[in-house]
Amino acid sequence: MNKEELLSKLKAIITPYVQNEEGLKNLNIHTDFIKDLEINSANLVDVVLDVEDEFDIEIDNESMEKMLTVEASIAIIESKLQEK
Amino acid sequence: MMNKRRVVITGLGVVAPNGTSVSDFNNNIQKGKSGIRYIEKLKELNFSCQIAGKPLYKESYLNNYFNNIQLKGLNASGMEYGVIAGMDAWKDAGLSINNSQTPLWDTGVIFGTGILGVDKFREAIYKVDEGKVRRLGSTSVTQTMASGISAFLGGMLGCGNIVTTNSSACSTGTEAILMAYNHIAQGNAEIILAGSTSDSGPYVWGGFDAMRILPYKYNDNPTKASRPMSATASGFVPGSGAGALVIESLESAQKRGATIYAEILGGHVNSGGQRNGGSMTAPNSQAVQYCIQKAITNAHINSKDIDAINGHLTATTMDSIEIQNWSEALGRKGKDFPYINSLKSLVGHCLAASGSIESVAAVLQLKNGYVFGNINSEDLHPAIEALIPRDQIPLKTINKPLTIIAKASFGFGDVNACVIFKKY
Repeated sequence: MNKEELLSKLKAIITPYVQNEEGLKNLNIHTDFIKDLEINSANLVDVVLDVEDEFDIEIDNESMEKMLTVEASIAIIESKLQEK
Repeated sequence: MMNKRRVVITGLGVVAPNGTSVSDFNNNIQKGKSGIRYIEKLKELNFSCQIAGKPLYKESYLNNYFNNIQLKGLNASGMEYGVIAGMDAWKDAGLSINNSQTPLWDTGVIFGTGILGVDKFREAIYKVDEGKVRRLGSTSVTQTMASGISAFLGGMLGCGNIVTTNSSACSTGTEAILMAYNHIAQGNAEIILAGSTSDSGPYVWGGFDAMRILPYKYNDNPTKASRPMSATASGFVPGSGAGALVIESLESAQKRGATIYAEILGGHVNSGGQRNGGSMTAPNSQAVQYCIQKAITNAHINSKDIDAINGHLTATTMDSIEIQNWSEALGRKGKDFPYINSLKSLVGHCLAASGSIESVAAVLQLKNGYVFGNINSEDLHPAIEALIPRDQIPLKTINKPLTIIAKASFGFGDVNACVIFKKY
């Protein structure tokens, strides 16, 4: 799976939780989930669960804590996919 | 005594088994349309009583009340009913949603329930037992905490006054109304969205089925099953739903030019202490009578002023004791007894939601001038007929202007609530 595919899958996952539509339009590798998209911090857990389901991976607590930006999320998803 | 402020009702919302909007509900209770149905799932699960009162609407209807994030993983029927009824009442009162960053300091929510999000809790229990606690997601807590319903409504509306959930079994809804009334009468708030909600489903109703207090001979004939005051009453039909009332100081309502449905004159909440015949499941008659009398005193009326009673009357053998308690508390019997009816003949016993749904019905009676009929009471219980004549328990709706209605609810734990509504 290339980065572009991964990004589009991630975008689909986070979209229902986004409260700042502008941020979603400008989504890029540096986008911060809380600052730029105004995702409620409680919903970050749900994003992670949806990511687990989509990619059939398991994300440990330590990785979860780092998943605050698009960049970090992609890196974690890629590494978990490689571990499979 | 401190001079209490006058308190009125300016908005109504209801999600009942026989109507999920105030206008449908108002029509159906006058027509005697029952909302009790056969529920296949209850048969599959070996329930003795396979019928219930459950509100019906399409899933897409929820899009009018919840955003996509709120809908994701939503599995709490009581939350759905409470939010729909609450938001409808708010809109009905002509109030808008607070879109500013400042909470409405004088506006609150008191919305009760017995237990919330049972289906969601079941989901969580399965995951926890499978060792998958990390997969619960963020909504397990917010959908299963009892105060989830008041929290949801308070957040949607931006309320900055009291936002709480009360719980007193089947008197919850009536208690919520009185809590709101007292809070406003004492000058602590201007507007409170008051009401109550109760989940649907086997996990809520199962415990009652196990107690053998539900009718089990009407699975083929559901609309005949709920028979308050009847000689053949054989238990209450479990129900569910939500009722909501916008309760407001008269001052605030007049300032806004709001439509006023009725005035709340006062009421009382008490307990029989599980003494003197009272128990976890049965009321102490002395306490019931005291509650009614104290409500009348607090409302500054005479018992003769009551035109109609909206009873608790669940369709058990307790119905005749309730009628006797009303008769003794009011000092009225025979032809002198007020009209009396029970909404439970049409919707079943909506448990924690019963007091609020039935209060919405009582307020609609005052506003529109009718006494809705008691279906399935054609064979009055002889002990009831000995106290009051048939005429006071109309089988069919009668049109008649009413001034004062007394509404009471009684709950497990030997708790009572009685509120006095007056036409405005």
